[in-house]
Amino acid sequence: MTDTTHTTQAPDDADILLSVRGLSKQFLTGSGPVKAVEDISFDVRRGQIVGIVGESGSGKTTAGRCLLRLVEPSSGKAIFDGVDLFSLPEKALRAYRRRLQIIFQDPYSSLNPRMRVRDIIGEAIDTHGLAKGAARQARIEELLTRVGLSPEHASRYPNEFSGGQRQRVGIARALAVEPELIIADEPVSALDVSVQAQVLNLIQELQRELGLTMIFISHDLTVVEYLCDEIVVLYLGRIMEQGPARSVYAKPRHPYTRALLATAPVPDPNVRRERVILQGDIPSPLDPPSGCVFRTRCPHAIAACAETVPTRETVGPGHSVACIRQAELAETYQD
Amino acid sequence: MAMSTPNADNHPDALADDIVLRAEDLRTHFIMGTRTAKSVDGVTLTVRRGQTLAVVGESGSGKSVTSLSIMRLLSHPGRIVGGRLLYRMRDGGVVDLATLSDKRMRAIRGKEIAMIFQEPMTSLNPLYTVGDQIMEMIRLHEPISRHEARIRARRMLELVEIPAPDKRLDQYPHEMSGGMRQRVMIALALACNPALLIADEPTTALDVTIQAQILDLMRRLQREIGMSILFVTHNLGVVAEIAHEVAVMYAGRVVEQAPVHDLFARPRHPYTKGLLACIPDAKRDRAEDGTRKMLNPIPGSVPSVLALPAGCAYAPRCPLAEAHCESVPPDLLNASPEHLTRCWRHELL
Repeated sequence: MTDTTHTTQAPDDADILLSVRGLSKQFLTGSGPVKAVEDISFDVRRGQIVGIVGESGSGKTTAGRCLLRLVEPSSGKAIFDGVDLFSLPEKALRAYRRRLQIIFQDPYSSLNPRMRVRDIIGEAIDTHGLAKGAARQARIEELLTRVGLSPEHASRYPNEFSGGQRQRVGIARALAVEPELIIADEPVSALDVSVQAQVLNLIQELQRELGLTMIFISHDLTVVEYLCDEIVVLYLGRIMEQGPARSVYAKPRHPYTRALLATAPVPDPNVRRERVILQGDIPSPLDPPSGCVFRTRCPHAIAACAETVPTRETVGPGHSVACIRQAELAETYQD
Repeated sequence: MAMSTPNADNHPDALADDIVLRAEDLRTHFIMGTRTAKSVDGVTLTVRRGQTLAVVGESGSGKSVTSLSIMRLLSHPGRIVGGRLLYRMRDGGVVDLATLSDKRMRAIRGKEIAMIFQEPMTSLNPLYTVGDQIMEMIRLHEPISRHEARIRARRMLELVEIPAPDKRLDQYPHEMSGGMRQRVMIALALACNPALLIADEPTTALDVTIQAQILDLMRRLQREIGMSILFVTHNLGVVAEIAHEVAVMYAGRVVEQAPVHDLFARPRHPYTKGLLACIPDAKRDRAEDGTRKMLNPIPGSVPSVLALPAGCAYAPRCPLAEAHCESVPPDLLNASPEHLTRCWRHELL
């Protein structure tokens, strides 16, 4: 792959907990192969929150599931603490499963409705043989307290909780096995804003106190700007732009990132932003455009954009963009 | 639903000229045996001609039940049990939708007031082509031929900026993307040129770039056609983009209504203020070096509509609440001539 931002070898930077290189995933469907994720590379540093943002069909959820091998990747590497998760045999993978956990958008569909909370959390503890008897009981109560619930909640079923409380149960279950990396897939998207704020605070407390590293998958650019240290912008399975969140938000360099930021509604009627309204729909992943996949909706597309897949070019410290016109467009962006 | 209050039409002076719809103390309850869910329990709001009123609230606030009450599309056991829904017809007459006969209501739906939903498939029939559905809607209200109706339907698709309208007329809803289906639903809603469009979370299921297209379309259509819009949403960002006025709902009531700039600049209800503080804002909540400040969530949770508090429903979560708030439900007070709030202590905000 051509990537000027990162080397293709495993990084020797000790700060890096997870290094994803060339991750691709194709699904075979009745209508032909779909490239859900195509050649994605990024690093996750210890203690950081990396945001993966994108719209429907961007591949953000598939990418997250590939990292846990809940979906088997087609190619690429995911070096976690020196070991390539993608080349581990199933048996060896189990030990790593404890170190990487996932939180889902809809905790209701991911919590067994016929199990009490005690058993939902206990099952995770048992699977990895982490505690037994009284210690197990104490651990369950500790986890419930840690996520803002109370020990009495242990005997309840998921349907007895509100959406925010269920998400807390999902977080407690993920924490039960003392993971180092949590992949959170739209964890607050189904929650009302007042509840969302409570859960975002909880996520931050946990990140600070337990030293957690997190990949935060979201379509909500406002939440990502607030929460994340690094950001990866996906469109139709490809990375359009990535870099430190502050740099990407302050100076978005890809036309798609610019459009996303310009169209994300901001709760301030005085904000009069540059209106970049993209025409048309997101193309079908079954039949993606040639060259740059964004070109069919890009206001700056030229004939050359259909010819080659753009390589990522560095535009700032850790900040890269996959757009053949990024340099000339940068001049028009100064505002 | 059968309502028997007399004098349904006798409010000629009850609405100022620039008002299209005024809900006064609307109460819609769901009575289930001995339990009553007071989903809407005293909603007062005003939609002005040619303007967009955004009704914003969280889950269970009663915003969708309010819009279904206006359309009289409540499902059993939901029932309007009190209040008025004064609507100015295009001929100038004023009717109370809360007590109108089913027959007269059928003539109003679609022609005077139309509604669009979050999920277009709730209003589109998967078994008929898009063209047939728009033509049927037009022919329900107007005595025109199929041929004329098809020409009108095609024009509607052009109006909502659907490319290749002739081809699209003969397609089924499932052959279209989510954004395209939402455009078709808008075309269907506007086919009989209604004076008031009720839009219930019309962009919530859409990606942001598609949402921007639909909001843009709605703004343009409002400018061109002059229709009024009641826009129900949970998203304060969308409110800031589309609304002229905002009504904030909490636990079945409108707790604040104001012009959009006034509401965001100086919310006069502690709930509105709390909601705005909940939304992450990197400029406010992150320091120069990127350090995050914790958000300020509203403590506690929304009360159950089965057991609303005696006084102000927000009092148990409110930082300003005092004994009076807990015992006496606040009246709708004027914080300024155009800014209404249901808070006894709004002067402190």
